[in-house]
Amino acid sequence: MTDLGAYAVEVMSAYAVSLLLLAGLVWVSWRRAVKVRRALEQIEGPRADG
Amino acid sequence: MSIWEYANPKKFIATTSPVLPWVFGAAGLCLIGGLIWGFFFTPEDFRQGSTVKIIYLHVPSAMMAINAWAMMLVASLIWLVRRHHVSALAARAAAPVGVVMTLIALATGAIWGQPMWGTWWVWDPRLTSFLILFLFYLGYIALWEAIEDPDTAADLTSVLCIVGSVFAVLSRYAVNFWNQGLHQGASLSLDAQENVADVFWYPLLVCIAGFVLLFVALVILRTRTEIRARRIMALQARALREGVRA
Repeated sequence: MTDLGAYAVEVMSAYAVSLLLLAGLVWVSWRRAVKVRRALEQIEGPRADG
Repeated sequence: MSIWEYANPKKFIATTSPVLPWVFGAAGLCLIGGLIWGFFFTPEDFRQGSTVKIIYLHVPSAMMAINAWAMMLVASLIWLVRRHHVSALAARAAAPVGVVMTLIALATGAIWGQPMWGTWWVWDPRLTSFLILFLFYLGYIALWEAIEDPDTAADLTSVLCIVGSVFAVLSRYAVNFWNQGLHQGASLSLDAQENVADVFWYPLLVCIAGFVLLFVALVILRTRTEIRARRIMALQARALREGVRA
């Protein structure tokens, strides 16, 4: 583990906040993409829109 | 072949289907590689100590916060001039990505500012214009949600995007305009004397590439979702009309 010295809390919290926000954004975007795609498939049939 | 062919929703989905996994993969590689490189394999700065490692998140996210709005501006102008629905939907799709980038820039900036400046926040030109840009993002998203007719929503949000562009530009150049406040000038410069040292610059470059690729991947994914959601709305409206006629 790299030594962050006196600023360990600041650096670690900056990384934690950023990575959580990025992971949340990807997860929400992916989940909605799957949900909407399935809903359209139910209406039109699979692979209707490519 | 014209670029406007990709404004066709079906063509957009067909073209982006094979590309999307590669863009996500490249984004993941650059982000993970760049952050590991910067976090574990770069030295401390002689003045800022280990807090310099926050640069690998703060600078790329701040860049993308401004560039996302610039992309939304171009897409909005295309909508207003040429009325291509994909461009309006792409602008809508980019807004939540931009708001998260702005939030990361604000949060990491505050966390970095506390030990370096002795304060989490100051009403400095760059910080203030960034906060206003964040509020514009929220307003833009809220306006899309508030208006039922999609074309009216696209028109009004496009106008809001043009107005908000003033703050996107201010966020970038506030330090130069007012030449005051705590925030330093640009970390990146073509002038080798002004640019960050090479040991920080190369991993930072990889992280910037990662953020750009992640933005592109998310906007493509979210635009495809918006196109499908719009198609569902159209089919439901058609079914309703036919039901009323019958």
